[in-house]
Amino acid sequence: MSKCFAVYLRELIILKRKFWRQIASMSVSPLLYLIAFGFGLGNDLNVGGRPYLEFLIPGLIAMGSMVYSFGIATEINVARFYWKIFEEFQAAPVPNIAYVSGEVLAGITRALISVIIILIIGFISGVNLSYGPGFWVAVLLNSFLFSSLAVGLAMIVKSHADQSLLSSFLITPMSFLGGTFFPVDKMPVVVQKILYFIPLTHASNAIRASAYGEKASGISYLVLVVIGIVCFIFAVNVVNKARD
Amino acid sequence: MPDIIKIDNLKKNYKKIQALKGVSFNVAEGELFAYLGPNGSGKTTTIRILTGLTKSSGGEAFLNGHNINGKGIEGKKQFGLVTQIINLDNELTINENLDLHGRLYGMKKTDRQAVIEVMLENVGLLERKNSLVKELSGGMKRRLMIARALMHSPGILFLDEPTAGLDPEIRRKLWSLIKKIQQQGTTIFLTTHYIEEAEFLADRVCFLEQGEISAIDSPANFINSVGAWAIDLFHEAEFVTRYFKTIEEADSFTSHAQDGYTKRRVNLEDAFINRTGRRMKENGTAEGRPARMASGHSHGQGNSNVHGHSSHSGHENSNGGGC
Ligand SMILES: Nc1ncnc2c1ncn2[C@@H]1O[C@H](COP(=O)(O)OP(=O)(O)O)[C@@H](O)[C@H]1O
Ligand SMILES: [Mg+2]
Repeated sequence: MSKCFAVYLRELIILKRKFWRQIASMSVSPLLYLIAFGFGLGNDLNVGGRPYLEFLIPGLIAMGSMVYSFGIATEINVARFYWKIFEEFQAAPVPNIAYVSGEVLAGITRALISVIIILIIGFISGVNLSYGPGFWVAVLLNSFLFSSLAVGLAMIVKSHADQSLLSSFLITPMSFLGGTFFPVDKMPVVVQKILYFIPLTHASNAIRASAYGEKASGISYLVLVVIGIVCFIFAVNVVNKARD
Repeated sequence: MPDIIKIDNLKKNYKKIQALKGVSFNVAEGELFAYLGPNGSGKTTTIRILTGLTKSSGGEAFLNGHNINGKGIEGKKQFGLVTQIINLDNELTINENLDLHGRLYGMKKTDRQAVIEVMLENVGLLERKNSLVKELSGGMKRRLMIARALMHSPGILFLDEPTAGLDPEIRRKLWSLIKKIQQQGTTIFLTTHYIEEAEFLADRVCFLEQGEISAIDSPANFINSVGAWAIDLFHEAEFVTRYFKTIEEADSFTSHAQDGYTKRRVNLEDAFINRTGRRMKENGTAEGRPARMASGHSHGQGNSNVHGHSSHSGHENSNGGGC
């Protein structure tokens, strides 16, 4: 337990050292999307009977929590390939599960910070939604899932370039298709069926429904929990793959 | 002293390369064991396998009785590791680096704080406790890595080329530190490609060449097997070194010498050149000159060793333990 905290603490110190830089970079993309899609498309645009901005903010939250929790992979790669600090963890008497838990917690922390930034930006733009427990549970599950996936993938890649490739093929398409910028039910039925298997679609659904003050589908939470646990178990089991 | 490191027929294959071809040796508790070999001979590979950073392709090893392939994490507390490549957290302070290490090894807060003070004092970095690592010089980083590796009081310290790339003065300071650590009771497994480092520090030296051990013995035994005195001279357009058991023999030789020469004590490098010379001949890659070791008899033609082309047929060296 304390060893998991050591791994987490290290990531926190690193985060603290570049806190303002991090905040700035986390603010850029939601601001851009908000300006481009939110204001650019105009406030006249309605989606499901609500102004597009109200549709967009929960989507940005789903996307931000995914992107920034997945970003822990970059930190791990820097530690592994550049600073070689990962060897310090490997040589230490630290169980794999403690290491993975520490890094996953760090990913979740980053995701939460990015979500708070988006909430603040939304608030300033005059978007008022409700952020109750259902909302936060969905955000946490989404972050847990993508941090776990990131840690697992970071253990099996052979270089940081591989990791970037995974990002472009996995995370970027999901960002756009997972119910973030437009409703999935406007898509052709075949595409809808495919998107149903994407965890981000469920995260967007659960986050948006809760933010609208509606009752979110239990299935979406269930899907996030199950895939999240699978990813976590995957991560714990591939830590040893990082040895050559 | 019992053997704290036991290695039996350890092998490592990377795709095409056989980095270790089955090495076996033991290291006694409290010993300073130097693993000496040129770049690419397999030193780092051996350390990485022993410390669990790389999987072996065959063989067994035990650290203080713990099988390195064992499942538990207890075996990892037996050693401290200073890797060849500096692996400190650059953005963190010295204190933070050490504190995190202590946490990873499950040390209590009060212990961590006390030990950090002692360790930093030990390596002369106490005043820099709150400096960021990226502000330190190369030598300081090495010392910090040594302090970190010793924080959890391991029985064995692995040092992978700790002085590579450092200037001579700093290297000597590190040597003193390494000796001091040994005197405090830690077994030290040190790799180096500097022969004089092995000669100066080690209780026993293991020559590693292309993943195979060619000999293990104390520096004194290696040196005595060659002779006590060496004379370097230029003979028939070649640089030649001749070895003598006693200073009288050396002096008697030089009284006949015409050209300039240097008389000096035999060192470990002489022993190394003798061995590599022999190996080269055995491999058929280079023709050995009909040269012999000085074995106490007269000086003269049959008594010379030419660097890089020599062999010896004198007394076989006493190749100690398990190679
Ligand atoms: N990760 C690796 N993949 C492939 N070959 C490797 C790897 N690490 C080391 N080697 C090879 O194994 C041999 C031994 O390397 P190493 O143990 O680093 O030698 P040393 O530390 O003595 O310089 C070299 O030929 C090296 O190229
Ligand atoms: Mg090496």
